[in-house]
Amino acid sequence: MSEPRHKVDAGTGPVIPVRNSDPASLILGSVGRVANEFFEWFGSLGVFSWRVFRAAVTPPYEGRELIRQLDEVGSKSFPLVALAGAAIGVVISMEARYSLTRFGAKSMFPSTLVYSVIQVMGPIMTGLIVCGRVGAGIGAELASMKVTEQIDAIEASAINPYRLLAATRILACILMLPLLTLAGDACGLLAGWFAQTLVEPLSFHQFIESGFKGGTFNAFLPPTFKTAVYGLIIGLIACFQGMRTQGGAEGVGRAATNSVVLGSLFVILADVVLVKFILVAFP
Amino acid sequence: MASVYDIPLKQKQNDETCSVPVVAVEDLCKSFGGRAVLDGINLSVSRGETLAVLGRSGTGKSVLLRILIGLVTLDSGTVCIQGENIVGMALDKLGSIRKKMGFLFQHAALYDSLTVAENIAFPLDHHRPEMSKLERSERVHRLLAEVGMKKDSEKMPSDISGGMQKRVGLARALALEPEILLLDEPTAGLDPISSGEIDELILKLQRERQMASIVVTHDMHSARTIANNLALLDRGKVLIEGKFEDLQHSDIEFVQQFLKQS
Repeated sequence: MSEPRHKVDAGTGPVIPVRNSDPASLILGSVGRVANEFFEWFGSLGVFSWRVFRAAVTPPYEGRELIRQLDEVGSKSFPLVALAGAAIGVVISMEARYSLTRFGAKSMFPSTLVYSVIQVMGPIMTGLIVCGRVGAGIGAELASMKVTEQIDAIEASAINPYRLLAATRILACILMLPLLTLAGDACGLLAGWFAQTLVEPLSFHQFIESGFKGGTFNAFLPPTFKTAVYGLIIGLIACFQGMRTQGGAEGVGRAATNSVVLGSLFVILADVVLVKFILVAFP
Repeated sequence: MASVYDIPLKQKQNDETCSVPVVAVEDLCKSFGGRAVLDGINLSVSRGETLAVLGRSGTGKSVLLRILIGLVTLDSGTVCIQGENIVGMALDKLGSIRKKMGFLFQHAALYDSLTVAENIAFPLDHHRPEMSKLERSERVHRLLAEVGMKKDSEKMPSDISGGMQKRVGLARALALEPEILLLDEPTAGLDPISSGEIDELILKLQRERQMASIVVTHDMHSARTIANNLALLDRGKVLIEGKFEDLQHSDIEFVQQFLKQS
């Protein structure tokens, strides 16, 4: 902030400080502050990531807590992911049928649905759904623990909070995302087939055979397993936001919101990068 | 408030050597936002002794306790726990020191997703894997009985009062049978009878286990009952340290004012 200039009031009144109102200085100051916060955030995230990684690979391991988190992230997200997957399947089914019929390519319906769900919509939909549910939950839970000194209490008890709280949650997200994606894809394909069958009967066997015809593992496995990266992003950002919270209830709300917003943003950006990587690495 | 999460990965180890007693603080300085909260603090506590730290609100008493357990980093000075300087110590090594210490937080800091019994068992689950389930349960129930919370073992922290949470927090701090006890306002929020019971418990621990304790308190009656020495903080410095009689006979105006208002 620039030094205030003083305006002398013609010998009779007090000296009145006058702030520098030069627009260029104000804009540069704001940009500088934002840039500083931007790099500070990434720097802190890097330090946090290193500490979590180091805690995760050194014993003692928190097996019981990991299993609990696998249940929290996996089992409890399944109904939502399944429902969302089914909805996506029905929507794609209806849209694809209409478009393909217009262009006289109705026979391509099964493969269109299969490839759309497994390669594109299934992974990103699962990532965003889990980010919303799990990311907000982890962010809020850890933020609440931070502001009520529970994380300090864990540390004072000679237990590494990075290992107990962060590493277990992040690992659970990494392991569960591909499984949830498979579940979401399965529900999407099933619902999409069912929606098609209601309009024009098609046996499930025929649907599957036709849908996966000509496909290889390279076409289906990489898009599913790329969601492990989404899990890493969701878990890492949620834990980071939660464990650095300050400011009471407002801070907890902010942590939960930021976990979802930043997690979603980075999942979408990661999708762009990973799609390109998969196209190059698994042609 | 700065914490170990904010420190650089490698902090310069303070190589100054330490001597007995059990807890020794030398020239401890800590500032927040340019304001010196602790300014050249010197304290020591031996085995079987209790030191009560008194002072106005906001004078850094809780910060002092947090520095002793390593939750807050200091700006300069040394903190020796059983002869080992913990300043700049690696987290894993600091963990082995922390296992010998029990800490009671000002607001208990109970784990709100665990029951009262599970809260007390938490450090045992992590650090005493050799204990059988029965042994662990017996210790938990003995500790609950000592703090008068035996009937509430299956309740959640949100279902009990602040004073009861404080008692559970004390039981949790004692779970690993520490050699050093750090208590932040142990009797705050308790009725006079419960306060007396907690004071008795601290005295018993001092006698039977020769525990060294540092107690931050505003309760002058409790301080007089349990403490061998009292230290009065003001503006970041130890204004006076000694027995209660030393404080009574002090000619420092702030000391007399503090005693009169207590």
